[in-house]
Amino acid sequence: MTEAAPKIRIRDLRKAFGPKVVLNGLDLDVGVGESLVVIGGSGTGKSVLIKCILGLLKADSGSVQVDGEEVVGIDTKGRERVNRKFGMLFQGAALFDSLPVWENVAFGLLAEKRLDRAEARDLATAKLAQVGLGPDVGLLFPAELSGGMQKRVALARAIAADPEIIFFDEPTTGLDPIMADVINDLIVKITREVGATALSITHDMASARKIAHRIAMLYEGRIIWAGPTADIDGAENAFVDQFIHGRAEGPIQMAVRA
Amino acid sequence: MNVFQPVGRMFLSFLAAAGRISLFTGTAVSHIARPPFYFRIIGRQMVEIGYYSLPVVGLTATFTGMVLALQSYTGFARFSAEGAVANVVVLSMTRELGPVLAGLMVAGRIGASMAAEIGTMRVTEQIDALTTLSTNPMKYLVAPRLIAGLTMLPLLVLIADIIGVFGGYLVGVYKLGFNPANYLQNTWDFLEAEDVISGLVKASVFGFIITLMGCYHGYSSKGGAQGVGSATTNAVVSASILILCFDYILTEMFFAK
Repeated sequence: MTEAAPKIRIRDLRKAFGPKVVLNGLDLDVGVGESLVVIGGSGTGKSVLIKCILGLLKADSGSVQVDGEEVVGIDTKGRERVNRKFGMLFQGAALFDSLPVWENVAFGLLAEKRLDRAEARDLATAKLAQVGLGPDVGLLFPAELSGGMQKRVALARAIAADPEIIFFDEPTTGLDPIMADVINDLIVKITREVGATALSITHDMASARKIAHRIAMLYEGRIIWAGPTADIDGAENAFVDQFIHGRAEGPIQMAVRA
Repeated sequence: MNVFQPVGRMFLSFLAAAGRISLFTGTAVSHIARPPFYFRIIGRQMVEIGYYSLPVVGLTATFTGMVLALQSYTGFARFSAEGAVANVVVLSMTRELGPVLAGLMVAGRIGASMAAEIGTMRVTEQIDALTTLSTNPMKYLVAPRLIAGLTMLPLLVLIADIIGVFGGYLVGVYKLGFNPANYLQNTWDFLEAEDVISGLVKASVFGFIITLMGCYHGYSSKGGAQGVGSATTNAVVSASILILCFDYILTEMFFAK
């Protein structure tokens, strides 16, 4: 599936913060309609990868192409145009706490003036229903919601503008196992309904197995293994093996005694 | 050599901070003038800065006017110039104390809350979320606050001037025994438009400084709750110092011949 023009093509992406090299020549393709999950330990640069694609961080060098269009070093106007294809679910939900839930959900559409406020409200209610929340939730403020509900609202916001590509940053972090599974189900259902390409990052293997068509493992700034989800247990790779089984002993040494 | 090392490092980091603030200011100002304008947010910020600061600024102005009258009366009595009390009160209030004290009070109130709000938005990734939702955070968060600061502070100071003069009048008439008509006549006679206008220009500049510092420190805060805390402190301290600096510079520009 990587031979046909990929939705996102990343080549030799590099990013360092001072002396600390985070992405060190990373190559990755995400096919159209594919759900790719990048796994990797905490602090291996998974979030940095997504932020470089979204333009929240500037890559030092390398290439990121979205639908064949180069986005590293793109101007502000081009960036805004490309970002319209994106939806993003942030790790901590990142809902705007000064706005009611429905306005959060419809925020992007209101910002682009695609809808007036009454239409936006109806659309928000529909999107909230899609993630299993009733219309009454739309009138609450984010602070009044539980963590799981906030994640759902954030999911509704990410899909509100019918994005072509959705990014999920640790979608299950901080949720209990049952709520995590509910979110996983929603992600699978919604990406299928919207027909979107999905790029997720997580260290939760249960979540990765559930939502991924393909899994890639990030270690020391590069993709060290990538393959279909079904192949991961048979991957002849000591790093992958250690990670998916969650062993402290192995080739990956956690810097716990810094 | 080790003596010079920290000095040099401090100097360089000062230059870096000055550069960052200048760039931030340039970007922010360029967004004030260009659409889209978020009128809803501008309105909300105007109410927050202008209306909700009224009690604090009003009380400050009342007591300042009162103490000005009392102090200048006791001071001027030494060379029998008590008649100048009304002039001193009105000139001090409009030219100097109205804008500076209102500026400092608003810096504490608004600068701190802006830095805390925007800083929290930064550390909880809400600012990143804005960018992904086709919204420029400089335009959505910073520009409306700057506009509100620029326009609301002069109005606040105008009200503070009036209240301050009234405070002086109360003390002058009811405590120091001036004739009410004479006191008002003295107040009015020596007041020139330039006195009030210079104060209002100062107020506008201070409003810009307060909101700019609040936004800048909030926007560039990092590292969780502690980062937001120090952003809040830095916003208030830097705004207060800049207000006093620019007060001198503006006074020099207006009145030095």
